[in-house]
Amino acid sequence: MNLTYLSLLEQAMFVLAALALFISFTLLAYNRLTSIIYAFAWQGALVSAVTTLVAYSVEEPELYVSAALTFSLKALFIPWMLLRMKRRLDLEREVGNLSHPILVTLGGAALVVFSYWVVLPIEEVQLAATRNIIAVSLAVVLLGMMVMVVRSQVVVQVIGFMSMENGVFMAAVSTTQGVPLVVELGVAFDVMVAAVLFGVFFLHIRESVDSFDVDRLNRLSELEEDA
Amino acid sequence: MDNFLSPVGWLLALLQALLFAAMAPLLAAWIKRVKCRLQSRRGPSLLQPYRDLRKLYYKETLVAETASPIFRLAPYIIFAATWMAAAVIPMIAMQLPTAVVADVIVLVGFLALARFFLALAGMDIGTAFGGMGASREVLVSSLAEPAMLMAIFTLTMSAQSTNLSSVIDYVLSYGLVLRPSFMFAMVAVMLVAIAETGRIPVDNPDTHLELTMIHEAMILEYSGRHLALMEGAAQLKLMAYFVLIANVFLPWGIATEFTPQALLLGLLAIGAKLALLGILLAVAETALAKMRVFRIPQYLNLAFLLALLGMLSNVILEMG
Repeated sequence: MNLTYLSLLEQAMFVLAALALFISFTLLAYNRLTSIIYAFAWQGALVSAVTTLVAYSVEEPELYVSAALTFSLKALFIPWMLLRMKRRLDLEREVGNLSHPILVTLGGAALVVFSYWVVLPIEEVQLAATRNIIAVSLAVVLLGMMVMVVRSQVVVQVIGFMSMENGVFMAAVSTTQGVPLVVELGVAFDVMVAAVLFGVFFLHIRESVDSFDVDRLNRLSELEEDA
Repeated sequence: MDNFLSPVGWLLALLQALLFAAMAPLLAAWIKRVKCRLQSRRGPSLLQPYRDLRKLYYKETLVAETASPIFRLAPYIIFAATWMAAAVIPMIAMQLPTAVVADVIVLVGFLALARFFLALAGMDIGTAFGGMGASREVLVSSLAEPAMLMAIFTLTMSAQSTNLSSVIDYVLSYGLVLRPSFMFAMVAVMLVAIAETGRIPVDNPDTHLELTMIHEAMILEYSGRHLALMEGAAQLKLMAYFVLIANVFLPWGIATEFTPQALLLGLLAIGAKLALLGILLAVAETALAKMRVFRIPQYLNLAFLLALLGMLSNVILEMG
């Protein structure tokens, strides 16, 4: 499918999806927690914008609801909660630098190529014109997973997890015009509960190991400190 | 291709190259003036760079005792190579013979030639600053060049030609198409342009602050006519990058045929686009602080990532 045959609306969807992919890379590369949280909020807003465009193009009022839901949850509520938690627990200094930023970036690019290769057979099936977005969505999922692998700070890992959910949602919306509203509501509720549970979980980790670095959970006792 | 031998084409190409050289100081002055305005200062007149160049041209040219012939030759080579690079870029009209004989890889090559001699000239005298500036310049350019080429490959994959005229023709022929790959490539080229022309946040063109300067450190030993050529080359390079960004990504208004009306329109269009880009750069320079030198690789890594994403989204989203 050549881009020039698509309508301006579908082209705009592609642009937004590509920007969401770019934000996944910034999640991978940023070193400040505040920037990471803001980038995550922008990704939520972009996914919600893609949903709105799909809703407009297929004239499906239900999708407007899920766009509004995504926006209020992923772009407003969860980032707000994370920012509040950051301020309360004074997390800013605990993110730390990546040890090999360029290697991680190139690994991310390799993941994008991999997801394109995986998705190629799916694209043979004639779905919506925007089926090319599947590869991008899968890449967003894999990059979210990569954030969880390369970062050891627990809040960033949670953000990686939620950005995986963004990718899944974007794939669902762009290929099959969204999932039924019931499912969508259920998932949104799950995400919200997860966000709250993670908050409690953070506090417990903080109390028991006095740090948010999950690498420290591997140690058996406090005596091994700096061993 | 029929323009290749037409005298009108060559005449226009010559005129365009002269216009390039004539407008470059004006662009630099415009950016400086907007920047001063943003900082609540009055700023110098728009003709100031011309006066500076004239003053430098008539001043005595001093050359250090330890200088080799390379030091004397470098300003001429750098200015000529930058000017040749500028001549490759279509500014007011497409399909000029200069654009037909040379493609975008030649353009990057000319700029690399100029940079090579700039680094040599920096090291030639043997002062500490010159060597430091040269090593930093090479660091920046070795990281910026892959990003630049990757962005260019993104364009050429879409247009299936490395010729700038053909790329512009391709963009024009489809009208308004939102291409994620072009957007990424455009931002990447902008970031590279800032790094390559030594603007904030990579280098500050206005100061001679010892520890942070890159470009100024290399031309520290130059004076008089040589310095005028070096400054002129820097202004030309900035102009070349601006015209490249304006005309490749937003080519609307460029003359597709050689009629007076079309050429006039092309001139007005490029003038307006350059003025807007100049304001954008001035705002960015006012809003951002200069980076530490060791942060520059990260910055250029971002440019490379954008260019790479442009290429990937070209394959994934646009060809699929």
